[in-house]
Amino acid sequence: MTIVAESSVLPERRGTVGRLSDFLWRHPHMLLAVLLGPPLVWLGIVYLGSLFALLLQSFFSIDDFSGLINYEFTLATYGQLLSETNLDIILRTVLMAATVTLASALIAFPIAYYAARYARGKWKALFYLGVMLPLWSSYLVKIYAWKLILAKEGILTWFFEKLNLLWLLDAWLALPVVGGNSLSVSYTGTFIVFVYVWMPFMILPIQAALERVPTNLIEASSDLGGTPAQTFRYVLFPLALPGIVAGSIFTFSLTLGDYIIPQIIGSSRLFIGQAVYAQQGTAGNIPLAAAFTVVPIVIMGAYLWMAKRMGAFDAL
Amino acid sequence: MRSEKANSAPLGLKVAAAAGLAFMHLPILLIFLYAFTTEEKSYQFPPPGLTGQWFAVAWNRPDVWAALTLSVKVASIATAAALVLGTLCAAAVSQTRFFGRETISLLVILPIALPGIITGIALRSAFSMADIPFSFWTIVLGHATFCIVVVYNNAVARFRRISGSLIEASMDLGADGFQTFRYIILPNIGTALLAGGMLAFALSFDEVIVTTFTAGQQSTLPIWMLEELIRPRQRPVTNVVAMIVVVVTFLPILGAYYLTRDGDQIAGAGK
Repeated sequence: MTIVAESSVLPERRGTVGRLSDFLWRHPHMLLAVLLGPPLVWLGIVYLGSLFALLLQSFFSIDDFSGLINYEFTLATYGQLLSETNLDIILRTVLMAATVTLASALIAFPIAYYAARYARGKWKALFYLGVMLPLWSSYLVKIYAWKLILAKEGILTWFFEKLNLLWLLDAWLALPVVGGNSLSVSYTGTFIVFVYVWMPFMILPIQAALERVPTNLIEASSDLGGTPAQTFRYVLFPLALPGIVAGSIFTFSLTLGDYIIPQIIGSSRLFIGQAVYAQQGTAGNIPLAAAFTVVPIVIMGAYLWMAKRMGAFDAL
Repeated sequence: MRSEKANSAPLGLKVAAAAGLAFMHLPILLIFLYAFTTEEKSYQFPPPGLTGQWFAVAWNRPDVWAALTLSVKVASIATAAALVLGTLCAAAVSQTRFFGRETISLLVILPIALPGIITGIALRSAFSMADIPFSFWTIVLGHATFCIVVVYNNAVARFRRISGSLIEASMDLGADGFQTFRYIILPNIGTALLAGGMLAFALSFDEVIVTTFTAGQQSTLPIWMLEELIRPRQRPVTNVVAMIVVVVTFLPILGAYYLTRDGDQIAGAGK
């Protein structure tokens, strides 16, 4: 190989561009450096650098009297993080993320299943766009739409009134925990909006997993006497599970870090994102805010590790 | 081959899928209705009357225009930066073999995989540590960081489809590396880059979480909307702006879809 390259009939190139091109061809490592350099500087130094700087700050503490950051290594901030109020916030957020993920999977599955198995040709494209457009449409507009819907004078109340079911809505709002003065200031409202905003992220991974299930597996199951419920339970569901887990990475992570939805539609009880926001903003306690951000990172790390073991990444 | 029964979905599935799609689309359609309502003070349904006057009111609002211009500028520059960085990264990962390739993919995805609040607060504390004042450029820096992944995903998918022999043939015929890039690679990845750029634009145009941390006094359109959401002052104008935002983000998404629908990976499958 080397001999052929050396006795090549092509003459050496002239001009700066030509020489540069030859140089890069002969030194593939230089080419790699030129290609990778700019993105690595950006992501590796600017982004990872600030991320590490933030995490580092969680080991500092804040002086109670002066309100200044005390640059000495300490675990006191993590001790603060484990106080009862803060653990409450963490538990509340994780529970919300889990229920949102579960509900998203329930709503997304039929859409994904229909799109993967029954939709063909034009319908398939339509289904695809039907999922893509809400997925990409503006986050704030989606929240705004629900503010219109859940408002006391809004469409939902009107709808219940027309059906003479207002008592049902009132009974639901009178419940502890999930209730409240109106839907827009209750956990129920927060939950609905979370599901609405993050559910579309679940559909495409499930659809991708279902598309890989051969039709004859389903047929074989029913030929062998499996009822549709059994086929679903023992054939379809296990095969779709990696897709569901892949989708749940998004719904779980996005719910975990959100601070705008619970602020606009929800009760005054905080979620992790809001706690981070409040600590770094009004409270000016960057170390505690940094310690709070460690929580979703650790939870997502564990979640991703579990998902990888279940083979969810192949479904992404 | 398949029986008739296998080709038609059970009724329950049809209803569940249709209900799910309706759940996804009806709230957005409601935005369009509210842009025309005559009610100013509340979110009353059904609207007491319909009018088109709010479009004129919104048109004459300088703050809306300022926010819109800023958003478009930020999104354009962030997209341009993401296009360059994302393409370079995709070329390196798909065309060469080196130690740590997997790590690079992870690094690119990280800004979007971690909750936005973490990216935002990390950048904000880094800016304040380095004494960088908040400006137009700090917003762009934040946006470009998470836009890279969109371009990268599209470009990597397309690079995989370019056969290596095409590039070798071009080199054998005497083209230098730059000519090969200009005449062989670029025409092949062009539509993927365009699609990636459109998605990056849509992502940046809509971003609010990172922006709240990296913007100083300036407000992009999403920040303007967020303020209206927290303290509603101009409900009719907000309704109109919401509708415009929906239309503005739909166009690039549709464009990206049509540019890449024939490929093995359609743009925008992940956000």
